[in-house]
Amino acid sequence: MTVDTHPPASARTRRLTHFRPDQLAWLALALTLAVLIIAPLSMLVVKSFTDGTTGGFTLENYVTAYGRARHVQALWNTLVMGLASTVLAVLLAVPTAWACTRTNMPGRTFVRIALFGSFLMPPYLTGVGWILLAGPNAGFINQAWTALTGLEAPLVDIFTFSGLVLVMGLSTFFTIFILVSAAFELLSTEMEDAANILGAGVFRTAFKITLPMAMPTILGSALLTFLVSIALYGVPALISIPARYPVVVIQLAEFFSFPVRIEVAAAYSIPLLGITIGLLLLQRRVLGRKGYTAVGGKGGERRVTDLGAWKWAVFGYVMLVVLLAVAMPLLVLIMAAFSHSWVSGLSLENLTLEHFRYVLFEHSSSQRALITSVATGAAAATLAISLALSISYVVQRRLLPHAGVLAFLCMSPFVIPGIVLAIGFYAVYALPPVGLYGTYIILILAFTTRFLPIAYTTSTNGVRAINPEMEEAVRILGGGQFTAIRKVVAPLLKRTLASGWILIFVPAAQELSTAVFLVGPHTRVVSVVLLDMSEEGTFERLAALGSVLLLIIATIVLIGVKLLGRDFMLRRS
Amino acid sequence: MNGLVLKDLGRRFGAVDAVKDVNIELQAGEFLSLLGPSGCGKTTTLRMIAGFLAPTSGSIILDGVEVSSPRGSLPPEKRGMSMIFQSYAIWPNMTVAQNVAFGLNLRKLDKAEIRRRTGEMLEAVRLNALADRYPSELSGGQQQRVALARALVIRPKLLLLDEPLSNLDASLREDMRFEIKRIHDEFRITSVYVTHDQSEAMVTSDRIAVINQGRVEQIDTPYEIYTKPRTRFVAGFIGRTNQITGRRGAQGVDFAGFTLPGAAFTGSEPDVFISVRPQSLHLSAEEPVTDNALKLKGTIAGRAFLGETWDYVFRSDAGLELRITARPHEVYALGAPVWARASSDQVVQIL
Repeated sequence: MTVDTHPPASARTRRLTHFRPDQLAWLALALTLAVLIIAPLSMLVVKSFTDGTTGGFTLENYVTAYGRARHVQALWNTLVMGLASTVLAVLLAVPTAWACTRTNMPGRTFVRIALFGSFLMPPYLTGVGWILLAGPNAGFINQAWTALTGLEAPLVDIFTFSGLVLVMGLSTFFTIFILVSAAFELLSTEMEDAANILGAGVFRTAFKITLPMAMPTILGSALLTFLVSIALYGVPALISIPARYPVVVIQLAEFFSFPVRIEVAAAYSIPLLGITIGLLLLQRRVLGRKGYTAVGGKGGERRVTDLGAWKWAVFGYVMLVVLLAVAMPLLVLIMAAFSHSWVSGLSLENLTLEHFRYVLFEHSSSQRALITSVATGAAAATLAISLALSISYVVQRRLLPHAGVLAFLCMSPFVIPGIVLAIGFYAVYALPPVGLYGTYIILILAFTTRFLPIAYTTSTNGVRAINPEMEEAVRILGGGQFTAIRKVVAPLLKRTLASGWILIFVPAAQELSTAVFLVGPHTRVVSVVLLDMSEEGTFERLAALGSVLLLIIATIVLIGVKLLGRDFMLRRS
Repeated sequence: MNGLVLKDLGRRFGAVDAVKDVNIELQAGEFLSLLGPSGCGKTTTLRMIAGFLAPTSGSIILDGVEVSSPRGSLPPEKRGMSMIFQSYAIWPNMTVAQNVAFGLNLRKLDKAEIRRRTGEMLEAVRLNALADRYPSELSGGQQQRVALARALVIRPKLLLLDEPLSNLDASLREDMRFEIKRIHDEFRITSVYVTHDQSEAMVTSDRIAVINQGRVEQIDTPYEIYTKPRTRFVAGFIGRTNQITGRRGAQGVDFAGFTLPGAAFTGSEPDVFISVRPQSLHLSAEEPVTDNALKLKGTIAGRAFLGETWDYVFRSDAGLELRITARPHEVYALGAPVWARASSDQVVQIL
């Protein structure tokens, strides 16, 4: 056989050294990340020291921000609320996780699926559900109480500190549940058997062996939950004002109401940023390099513990969690969406589709908001996953020098609370000279930044799974780097691409914290419109619009499950 | 000039010379193995030939054209080579036929030609029945043959093989050695084969380059490498051997218990090293009468019967221990007094 048909070998060898497209690519990626992350964050700090009228250096913003007892009180309140709701979340999540992974409690799969529903339900909808359930006058629980006992005084009141903590805990405990479940699943049964052999009973073993082994994960996920809850906007926006319990995010919103005092807001948001960065650094310090995997030990069989008659008690507790977190708020929300008046409860003459007709066909800002939410969510998901994939590819393949810097930047939004990110974006891009206030672009960019860490983690796992020799095989057979990406890398990353996209789309389409300061009159997203409706008290319309949003998200997730398998959304941590 | 020339080739990583001053000339159609322990620089050399890595000194010349030098490297896709990877690197998103046809598609041949050549090649590696399967449905050996077919179908100027058999189990590995040899004999494609397994290198290669610590110790045919190792490393790495140290003296070179004429040895260093293979040594109960170069009196210090051979440990009266391989009927008891001998052409000086 003779040698023939290769691509021309005429190209001179020296060519590569002069032209360096890789430096351009690095610059482009670094620039994009600078626009998304560095600029908003540094502008936040700069603005906090800038005089709003003269533009000179000042400490006045800090004086204004912390000069009033009420403002300082809000900071303290935030920490107390965060701590209380985190404790509640742990109490809800850990026993449930243990029951679902380590015991023979009936209905374990059902519980997992139901709790996954709580993950899909945005916190502000859980909050609305609980207003309908436990509002002091017309809440269903209080209605039932009055009907049963004849007493007028309400049994429960959601507009209190404990109400705020309850809804907060119910909205955030899923993170702990999913991380701790994963840790419990890794534990070998032999560890428990060893305790049983020595005479420890089921619960003694759970408290002395199983729980301590999962402790690093429990603490780590509790920390995350704390950070999420102090920065969450939706629940306090619904409850903390009527409860007369001011918190930081509400105070920030006040600085943003007319006239907008962006400099003061920036100064006031610094503690939120500081606490987040500080606590995550501390956690790193404490856990060292072990991270969440302190559990260790994949060996040994895994078998569930027989709870005996106790399993019904445990089942009762877990069902209570499911009822409080998902079933009850969702049910009343759906009921309200189909009712003429939600207060009247369930009856045939109270049934109507009017509210769906109204939000879908009549109310132009609802229609627009649905389109905006889906479109900006989709755009942000696409942007974030493309950017993250390019960067993780470059990092994994060591295509560019200093790629580690890009990776670090990609992960850094993880430590920026959504509402703080929004203030940073507002500070750089909302006002002239850039003037993006009220555009879709500013929303899309902010969402992209917010969810970049999720995108990057997913992408890195995907790229890591591809052996570089797959691409080298393309190169040696005559294809360039781009042929390798097009013919081999891209097809192999399809799954990563799809699951990453959905992982970002779902929270992006529901995002409130980042959106609330960045939406203009024509770019309001569903979450913002829902919040307005709750202020107007039109809960039936709110419930209808909320149900439509949930339906859209559930459909997308179901498509994902169909295409990618059942556990694709849960594997990210 | 057709063929591959590596000229003073070197590659540094930081302060470490992974490859240094490698000089190899490869004729068209030749099969060369780069053989050495792991970390010796053989894969680095191969990756430089492929163009995945630029040299930090020296150059690579393919068919008279310089393709690599510290000033720049022709990218792999412009070299007209093929490579078989340690992981096979079969693309899981393509069928067997699509994998094999990939290189032909890149060359924009017409459809019928691609189909014909793909079919021929699949036949040559006995995979035509599996053309429409996906790689995940194939066994390790079948995947290996897909890799082979994919690399050969483009009729490369040069075929590079990077430890292609290291992921196969032992019996399959033996079959594939001969398969690679058979296919090379059929297509006569110039090949460079990286391996740490000496028997793989011996079976497949026209010549073997033994590499140690980034340098080529010796390039020769398998027979020459085995019978005439040039250095202590080569003698020890290829097969088993007895290495004996001697000193130049007045009568010749003195070893423990025997002396060899000085004229047989090159160099002027006071120490002289020789290698004698276990099967080049012979045992006898009586003193041998022939004028053997090496003749020693001693006892059997250890023995093991391996079925096809006896493996003896011989200890001379002067205390020198030698490994000696004998045929099954040559039975000597432990501790028996014996003579060991080797003819002068079996004694090889090494550096």
